[in-house]
Amino acid sequence: MRLTDNDFQLFGLAEMQAQDRAAIDARWKALQAEVHPDRFAVEGAAAQRVAMQWAMRVNEAYQRLKDPLKRAAYLCELRGAPVEAENNTQMPAAFLMQQMEWREALDDARSPAALEALDHDAAAAEDAALARARQLLDDNNDAPAAAAQVRALMFIQRFRADIDRRLAKLEDFAEQTARTK
Amino acid sequence: MALLQISEPGASPDPHQRRIAVGIDLGTTHSLVASVRHGVAECLPDERGRVILPSAVRYLPEGRRQIGADALAAQAEDPENTLVSVKRFMGRAVADIANREQLPYRFEDRPGMLAIATRDGVKSPVEVSAEILATLRFRAEDTFSDDLFGAVITVPAYFDDAQRQATKDAAELAGLKVLRLINEPTAAAIAYGLDNAAEGLYAVYDLGGGTFDISLLRLARGVFEVVATGGDAALGGDDFDRALADWALAGRVLASAHDKRAVLVAARAAKEALSGADAAELVAALDAGELRVAVTRAQFEALAHPLIARTLSAVKRVLRDAKVKPADVQGAVMVGGSTRMPIVRAAVSELFGREVLTNLNPDEVVALGAAIQANQLAGNAADGEILLLDVIPLSLGLETMGGLVERVIERNSTIPVAKAQDFTTFKDGQTAMAIHVVQGERELVSECRSLARFELRGIPPKAAGAARIRVSFQVDADGLLSVSAEELTSGVQAAITVKPSYGLGDDEIARMLKDGFASAEGDMAARKLREARVEAERMVLATRSALAADGDLLPDAERAALEARLVALAAMDGDADAIDAAVKALAEATEGFAAERMNRSIARALTGRDVSQL
Repeated sequence: MRLTDNDFQLFGLAEMQAQDRAAIDARWKALQAEVHPDRFAVEGAAAQRVAMQWAMRVNEAYQRLKDPLKRAAYLCELRGAPVEAENNTQMPAAFLMQQMEWREALDDARSPAALEALDHDAAAAEDAALARARQLLDDNNDAPAAAAQVRALMFIQRFRADIDRRLAKLEDFAEQTARTK
Repeated sequence: MALLQISEPGASPDPHQRRIAVGIDLGTTHSLVASVRHGVAECLPDERGRVILPSAVRYLPEGRRQIGADALAAQAEDPENTLVSVKRFMGRAVADIANREQLPYRFEDRPGMLAIATRDGVKSPVEVSAEILATLRFRAEDTFSDDLFGAVITVPAYFDDAQRQATKDAAELAGLKVLRLINEPTAAAIAYGLDNAAEGLYAVYDLGGGTFDISLLRLARGVFEVVATGGDAALGGDDFDRALADWALAGRVLASAHDKRAVLVAARAAKEALSGADAAELVAALDAGELRVAVTRAQFEALAHPLIARTLSAVKRVLRDAKVKPADVQGAVMVGGSTRMPIVRAAVSELFGREVLTNLNPDEVVALGAAIQANQLAGNAADGEILLLDVIPLSLGLETMGGLVERVIERNSTIPVAKAQDFTTFKDGQTAMAIHVVQGERELVSECRSLARFELRGIPPKAAGAARIRVSFQVDADGLLSVSAEELTSGVQAAITVKPSYGLGDDEIARMLKDGFASAEGDMAARKLREARVEAERMVLATRSALAADGDLLPDAERAALEARLVALAAMDGDADAIDAAVKALAEATEGFAAERMNRSIARALTGRDVSQL
């Protein structure tokens, strides 16, 4: 194992999208148990520096591997088809239409129930897009097509984050009105 | 000589060679020190059997001071010179302090952090905290009749970088070697989790004297993984006292420092009485005569309700961050003296849909958990190892165009963590870039806390957008941030440890030490030499045990050279600077060895087998 290994090598995993989350978690903890700076508190500055570098590297890999979207993006990059979401915003028309419908629904949603229903739809779309990305990466070995899926997934995730923010605002508002009663 | 005895890795050192390590809970209202003795963590009492040290320092004439219960007893009589709850001032400017006009102090604005004028001169909250820490350090040294190897100091999980750095400065000023800063709710989870063999998802609700934390942890076989954390670094028991005092005064404005303090003391007593009774009286001897107001528990709870609602909002946000529902949480552990209030317990029980866990001493549990971690960091606990995986509470970012924040590290990222972001120049021929580091969740820079500003200069002039500037953030295992910037095409660099802009500079610490803070230490030179010797012994010991475990990784010649260095270093005495230099040289010489050892242990972790047996 070397600091320069890629995330999958570092975690001893096959370089593919389909992964068992529990195995990733277990491997993360096993690695941290070896490299965490707490293990080297009585040692000298050299050992502590090395431990910190390793612990940071292990955490970085864990962040990417455990999140299916980040994992897919990373695989696309490893296979020579970087996602480059900032330079490549082209989306199929049907997808953009659906995005616009969702955005309008979000603007109109007034209750937590309406927001949750919307999030339910978005979550289903996210699951379907993730399954497609997995297929493109693991079965078809088509990284450029998978990269396009990843870009679509980024839209969906951003949309779900906006739903979350609206829900939080509604909750805060409900609390304030309850307090002033 | 003790330092020549090497223990095998994995074996507990000989009991006589145990390193004395303590956990310190530096609280808003009171502080405690604990240590693991005979395998059990316990709080250390003072010579009169008291484990709690009130976090109060009174400055007396002629440089004398009272610390703890004696100071607390004098707070109404000598309010301006008796400093309590200074934890709320750590890493803060005067403008940050809510209700400051109702406090009896003479605040002074200083760059970075406020200070308070006393009869013994102007005191920084760091110095005051150092007095408290030093008192606990002496208590521990007296208990063991030995020097301390080091200490784990707890901080609220929601403390930002400025507050953490200020705490670490205070510990160093008190002559403590900080093994680690750990978060209070995490410390509580260690003590609770080990005691109750708890496994699964737990919430720690920690409402102290001046701070509130909520942490969600996953506990499994010795691993304490913080999933999300939140809170309010300026919300605690003091605010309940304040609300009750304001109500009792019914609009009356108090002018004297004595009255301001007296009414808060009376409110706290009434609040505490109401935890066990349905009615109490708030009685304060004010300058203009006695204030006596009857208060029922229901009246107090109505005053407390908005404060508790604030804590519950934070709990909900943390649940949202972790993407879990209240029912997923197996238990809510109550920590901090303020969780003695029945209304707090009832509100948190209602939110989680189950009775909260109160089967531990809310005052002691944080110090006990810190002691367990200190014992482990000192290398005393070979079996039953624990692993803490904690997170940063607040996002870290940079100011970009238009006063907006570009987030670099998200809140709830596991530490240690490093992340880099690339930026570019926006003007033709631009040769410098201002870098402004902020902490917080808001999108506007003006609504976040400013941590540091620095400038990257010497960028080769190019067309706008052609330079590539990489800004790297690094948060260490104490949760402390350092930032560096580099222009990638030219290699021009600048870096900052996010410290001098708010905390105390090293020269300021040196001045305080000189000013006789550490008078019990004898003169500076002797202290410096002793510290250098301790550090040298630490390094020699660590290197020897590393060689014993993995010496086969080194070619014979390199190993012999290293051994020679160790013998030379162990024999050095008298010149602190020379010892420091030799320690540094040893650290550099062992860098490659340390990296090789790490590679070996990673391989071991992955294969699940000991490679030396292959």
